[in-house]
Amino acid sequence: MSTTTASAESKNLIEGKTGHWEVVIGLEVHAQVLSKSKLFSGAAIAFGAEPNSQVSLVDAAMPGMLPVINGFCVEQAVRTGLGLKAQINMRSVFDRKNYFYPDLPQGYQISQFTQPIVGRGELVLDLPGGESRTVGITRLHLEQDAGKSIHDQDPQLTFIDLNRSGTALMEIVSEPDMRSAEEAAAYLKKLRSILRYLGTCDGNMDEGSLRADVNVSVRKPGAPFGTRCEIKNVNSIRFVQQAVEYEARRQIELIEEGGTVKQQTRLFDANRGETRAMRTKEEAHDYRYFPDPDLLPLELEPDFVARIKATLPELPDEKKARFMKDYGLTAYDAGVLVAERASADYFEAAAKGRDGKSAANWIMGDLFAVLNKTGVGIEQSPVSAEALGGMLDLLKDGTISGRIAKDVFVAMVETGKPAKVIVEEKGLKQITDTGPIEAAADKVIADNPKQVATYKGGNQNLIGWFVGQVMKATGGKANPGVVNEILKKKLAE
Amino acid sequence: MSALTDLTLAEARDGLKAKKFSAAELTDAHVKAVEAARPLNAYITETPELAKKLAAESDARIASGDARALEGVPLAIKDLFCTENVRTTAASKILGNFIPQYESTVSGKLLAAGAVSVGKTNLDEFAMGSSNATSAFGAVANPWKRKGDNRPLVPGGSSGGSAAAVAARTCLGATGTDTGGSIRQPAAFCGIVGIKPTYGRCSRWGIVAFASSLDQAGPFARTVRDTAILLREMAGFDAKDSTSVEKAVPDFEKALTGDVRGLRIGIPKEYRMDGMSREIEDLWAKGIAWLKDAGATPVDISLPHTKYALPAYYIIAPAEASSNLARYDGIRYGLRVPGESIDDLYENTRGAGFGAEVRRRVMIGTYVLSAGYYDAYYLKAQKVRSLIARDFEEAYKKVDAILTPTAPSAAFALGEKSDDPITMYLNDVFTVSVNLAGLPGISVPAGLSSDGLPLGLQVIGRPFDEETVFRVAGVVESQAKFTAKPDGAA
Repeated sequence: MSTTTASAESKNLIEGKTGHWEVVIGLEVHAQVLSKSKLFSGAAIAFGAEPNSQVSLVDAAMPGMLPVINGFCVEQAVRTGLGLKAQINMRSVFDRKNYFYPDLPQGYQISQFTQPIVGRGELVLDLPGGESRTVGITRLHLEQDAGKSIHDQDPQLTFIDLNRSGTALMEIVSEPDMRSAEEAAAYLKKLRSILRYLGTCDGNMDEGSLRADVNVSVRKPGAPFGTRCEIKNVNSIRFVQQAVEYEARRQIELIEEGGTVKQQTRLFDANRGETRAMRTKEEAHDYRYFPDPDLLPLELEPDFVARIKATLPELPDEKKARFMKDYGLTAYDAGVLVAERASADYFEAAAKGRDGKSAANWIMGDLFAVLNKTGVGIEQSPVSAEALGGMLDLLKDGTISGRIAKDVFVAMVETGKPAKVIVEEKGLKQITDTGPIEAAADKVIADNPKQVATYKGGNQNLIGWFVGQVMKATGGKANPGVVNEILKKKLAE
Repeated sequence: MSALTDLTLAEARDGLKAKKFSAAELTDAHVKAVEAARPLNAYITETPELAKKLAAESDARIASGDARALEGVPLAIKDLFCTENVRTTAASKILGNFIPQYESTVSGKLLAAGAVSVGKTNLDEFAMGSSNATSAFGAVANPWKRKGDNRPLVPGGSSGGSAAAVAARTCLGATGTDTGGSIRQPAAFCGIVGIKPTYGRCSRWGIVAFASSLDQAGPFARTVRDTAILLREMAGFDAKDSTSVEKAVPDFEKALTGDVRGLRIGIPKEYRMDGMSREIEDLWAKGIAWLKDAGATPVDISLPHTKYALPAYYIIAPAEASSNLARYDGIRYGLRVPGESIDDLYENTRGAGFGAEVRRRVMIGTYVLSAGYYDAYYLKAQKVRSLIARDFEEAYKKVDAILTPTAPSAAFALGEKSDDPITMYLNDVFTVSVNLAGLPGISVPAGLSSDGLPLGLQVIGRPFDEETVFRVAGVVESQAKFTAKPDGAA
């Protein structure tokens, strides 16, 4: 599935004592399905609700209770599969994964083991410098989440909160196609972006809606895969990157010092920036998977899939291609703008019928700076897309210069007023009348005989300095093009 | 008022409608009979107050002319059905004093049809057993005894309490569940009628699960007609059970035409087993003759995979049970025996809460699902199951119903077989195939053994063709003229 070339790989290699090493990464992401109710019960789902307030008889595994599949969750899984350009399996089976744990009320998790709802797909990574590369998706399956064990409320007792018990998760498994911490981070970013575009997962990692198990191994370039370690439940993109970097280093050092990597489950300690082996249980888990006899195999109708397909939104990759084609954006700019649906929508509203490149520059420069500084999302931007568009229009028709536009933008952020009003109130209208510009040019020439002599002596580059002086004299309101023209004419006399 | 308890359900229904007696009188007579039959230990929980309240409501409805299908009819509910605000134990210590806040779909439908619940009946723990001896609440005694022998006999299992309760005239009908024969075998042992409908006919919602792919609810009563009346009220699609089937429920009573002319009745040669008792063989032959006399055509058929049914069943059922019973962990409800660690808590709770037979089946089930054994046991058993279902499909190309004995013997004495689980499991030899194939099967009392115990014949039908099953069973019943009553009846 990978489209990486050798040269692309080589720059990701890690320098060890015995030469170069390659890190191999695969991710298993658990994405909570965006849905009003749970996978097999009608209980509601809301983050931060009172403990045990969102638990049905089914979620608590009361005697005689039976699961009933939530059709909307199936729809969401299919939608996600289609968004990942994956094969949709028209027949899939729910299995029971049996193990005892206090926050697992049934004593088993209903999951999909041998026949998942979604098969092979792919995801395109957007890498720095506008490069991209494809990572294979192995499968996506639906499963129930467990409840939560709370150990810090009492010195002796563990408390159980079943609110999350039975919530629908999509487990999305990648191929071991990533070759650097940056690529792992790019994968997670892109996956989150696609899920958010599709509306199938809110992607809020800090609320646990998206969690990643990161599989890491190292090898000498061209060698077979090494033994992997799985770092469980990493809950931020930055942590994924740190965990991979640390783990790859650890494995390389271990091997170079004559040791061997043991396949194990590790956890990432964010405070210390390191991975640690989890306490190994004495007995290996045997989950005794078997098809859940309470549920029939899930059979999808072709119409059902077709209907979902017909309502898929434009996804980041297509949007990016369109932005490049229709607005002349670079791959990098287009990639940044489409990463979030809101910024893509903002861009389109601001750029429609205008110069896309200029709109992109303003959004990615001045607007993102303001948003970053104030910590608000683009949805709450103090300058609406329409307002920015209005300013771009004033720039285009020469009412204001680029330099004045910077001031106008700041005033728009501060006052919320349209550019037009600000320009009028502050008298920032660009001077296109040649009279005052000629007067100012004459004065600059008269006041600076030395520079005039140098210019005339052959240093034509000095024109920029003259333009600057005239702009300064006119308070920046003069049209720089006009100034340039007039100065050239006068200095040639 | 012993006459009231001796009525059939249909007679009682009609008598109530004709106001020959009141629901209160009918219920009172049965509540007294429940008390009188306490030595049988057929009930785990008696609900006389609830019964009287429901009977009063029924009388009010009868008076105002809006009586429902089972208005005022006293019934017993197997203690595997969760009943709202009435203790539900599954005959296990592990559920302790569990009082559900919900009513199972099937028992709820019966109540909604006007039935009066007199109590919750005893059973094998989690419905695992063929003798009702594994109950944590003590064994149930069959109201029947051998001639000249006072030893208590088992009522069969797992729905032994329900069968004994109906046979002893403490109620007009009862609910049961049948996973491998748990309705039909006790019906045969107690000389009454019991039907396991097609898998998916009745909702499993609210019934404590034993083996989900095999469990099915069904009624007991003293006549075929009575079970037909009850099944109509119990059956129906339930959105809360994904395995229940969306099919209209026919008026089964109307199927009792008494006319089996032209029907082809399959007689499977594989059910003629080595060492089968003469009595059972003779009874079967009689059954064939009765149907032939009535105009049906016996047809020899083969169900070649029959001999694999019992081993397949005793892999699949424990496998599902081992998973279904994992929820009884001492964390949220039921018994909890504390321990030093969470593993100790689980082990202490489940060790103390489950009886020996349940523990045995949980261990067998865990074993057959284990990595490395799954393919050899569970997967193979599922393949056998498909083959058994296909045997029946093939047979039903040639016949309309199948006639077999219900059980290989009459009721046995308490303790006679419980030392050896394999002998005990053999009780299900004629019944398990029906569960594996998901078919409807009924047991009809058809005669007495030489020592005076009832024997049953089983009629097996096509999926969702309970009507033919009832029709054939009705003819067997009327030809058999089974009128014997146990001495233990009130």
